[in-house]
Amino acid sequence: MNWNSPAEFFAMGGYALYVWGSFVVCAVIMVMEPMLAKMRQKTILRALHRERLAQELDKQ
Amino acid sequence: MSNRIIHWFKFASPQSFYPLAGKMIPWFWALTAVFGAIGLWISFFVAPTDAVQGEGYRIIFIHVPASWMSMFIYMVMAAWAGLGLALNTRLSGMMAQALAPTGALMAFISLWTGAFWGKPMWGTWWVWDARLTSELILFFLYIGFIALQAAIDDPRRADKAGAILALVGVVNVPIIYFSVKWWNTLHQGASVSMMKSPSMAQTMLWGMLIMALCFWMYSIAVALMRVRAIILERETHTEWVKELPEVKQ
Repeated sequence: MNWNSPAEFFAMGGYALYVWGSFVVCAVIMVMEPMLAKMRQKTILRALHRERLAQELDKQ
Repeated sequence: MSNRIIHWFKFASPQSFYPLAGKMIPWFWALTAVFGAIGLWISFFVAPTDAVQGEGYRIIFIHVPASWMSMFIYMVMAAWAGLGLALNTRLSGMMAQALAPTGALMAFISLWTGAFWGKPMWGTWWVWDARLTSELILFFLYIGFIALQAAIDDPRRADKAGAILALVGVVNVPIIYFSVKWWNTLHQGASVSMMKSPSMAQTMLWGMLIMALCFWMYSIAVALMRVRAIILERETHTEWVKELPEVKQ
């Protein structure tokens, strides 16, 4: 084990800014990107659904 | 024999690929989580402190996989784009379009983590070094590809223009990869090479490889999610899209 306490873990041997600055930004990107992809899918599905409803109303 | 032929090309149509992609996505997310958990555990708790770089070296566990992916995704994107250009298949252009943002983000992560590694190790966030500059050009190629496609209204023409840009840009990938050999750069040489045994501790190597697998699975999962949205956007007026259960509901 490399660390004796959580504080030591977060300090990263004095490289905290650099290590966490890298990992946190990477994590944020990897959470945001799938969320944006999901939103894009929802947006197009909503538009398609609306279009279908409009067509059904036209038929009536 | 003749009636047992598997129709490989069946999945080249957006209509059959759309549900297949939907089924694959959860599996790739599960693999991302598994490899990510193991990879992070090794990165922080198993891999020893580096003799020269202290704890700061742990950045490589995301830096190297992101850099590999940024180059690999570009090759795959260009291959799909080229396939679309040559065979005029509909799905190819969509695949290329779906991969571009993921590749751009991988290039960005590579540059960002590289800067955060360079500051404590080299004393500077950025230098106009061969490897750094060629990776920045890769990032701009992705941005250029995305912008070019977005600027052309007709998706088929956008695919063709994008494909040519992507194919011309392929020349940059070997330049990035071999830059540390061809030029005298500040960037350290490859820690893992296909030609010789790796110049790093076993556990560090395993951490990096497992993190790379995690990035692979992530890239596939998110690109599949995006390609599904793109398929719907481009096939809006087809019957099969109108008949999808999620559209009918």
